[in-house]
Amino acid sequence: MQYILNPWPWYISGPLIAIVMALLLYFGKTFGMSSNLRTLCAIGGAGKIADFFNFKWKDQIWNLTVVAGAIIGGFIATQYLSNDSVTNLNPATTVELQNMGFKTPGATLVPDEMYSLDVLATPKGMLLLIVGGLLVGFGTRYAGGCTSGHSITGLSSLQKPSLIAVIGFFIGGLIMTNFILPLIF
Amino acid sequence: MKFIKFLLVGIFFGVVLVKSEAVSWFRIYEMFRFQSFHMYGIIGTAIASGILFLQISKKGYIKSIKGEDIFVPKKDKGFTRYIIGGIIFGFGWALIGACPGPMYILLGTGVWSMILVILAAAIGTLIYGMLRNKLPH
Repeated sequence: MQYILNPWPWYISGPLIAIVMALLLYFGKTFGMSSNLRTLCAIGGAGKIADFFNFKWKDQIWNLTVVAGAIIGGFIATQYLSNDSVTNLNPATTVELQNMGFKTPGATLVPDEMYSLDVLATPKGMLLLIVGGLLVGFGTRYAGGCTSGHSITGLSSLQKPSLIAVIGFFIGGLIMTNFILPLIF
Repeated sequence: MKFIKFLLVGIFFGVVLVKSEAVSWFRIYEMFRFQSFHMYGIIGTAIASGILFLQISKKGYIKSIKGEDIFVPKKDKGFTRYIIGGIIFGFGWALIGACPGPMYILLGTGVWSMILVILAAAIGTLIYGMLRNKLPH
């Protein structure tokens, strides 16, 4: 039981993620989480604004069901399958983040300094989350996929467009983490 | 009832991503600082297992539930959309520490602020849809 309650090592986790992809392919579908954002827009009536959202979104209900499951999975994992172990970050990372003002790196899944409801109530806090969400939603659709669609499914099927997209993910991520985040915090 | 299997896959996905700490903002930060192998190990072994699965299924040893060949749709050819879209996504991923899967999973773990992020992401997708014809692809 201890093995389940402790964080899982990468060499177990990676293959398990591949199983998610494999199961969806076995069911005749493709692993891609960002498509759900397009579906949500379509359900909300965005088809009236842009043709991009005129498609049979009912064919995507299976993927929204995966989303519903993912939410439940997140709940189950934290409520029933976790102990109070702290994320085993590199000590250098912890010190760095503490110097930036993050009090307890790794004690939670996301920093309170960005996600607590108190921070959400501040203009800066709210703006950061909105900007981050906009970038993810815009970029992922422009690139035609996210980590699940490109990094996992696309690279597993050896597709060049996905390799280009993943390189883009890393260029953007490296710039944000190394050059922009230190300016924000 | 035919959706039950998708709900179960989703639950499994959510549990794996929490237990692997792939939904941790701190792990994403650490990855982009090259201070840990953890995330690279996860992504690397996921891709390696995925390649193995697809190569075996290509040989015809694994069929879909309907008995058909396992099929991965081909991405359109191109460069601009993938590199620019990818960079924009990377900015957002590293800032909020969550990509579209973990957003929902983190909501399930009780991070209520994620509702705002998901709404913003949907609006980001909406903006893309509106500008699509004017953007280089």
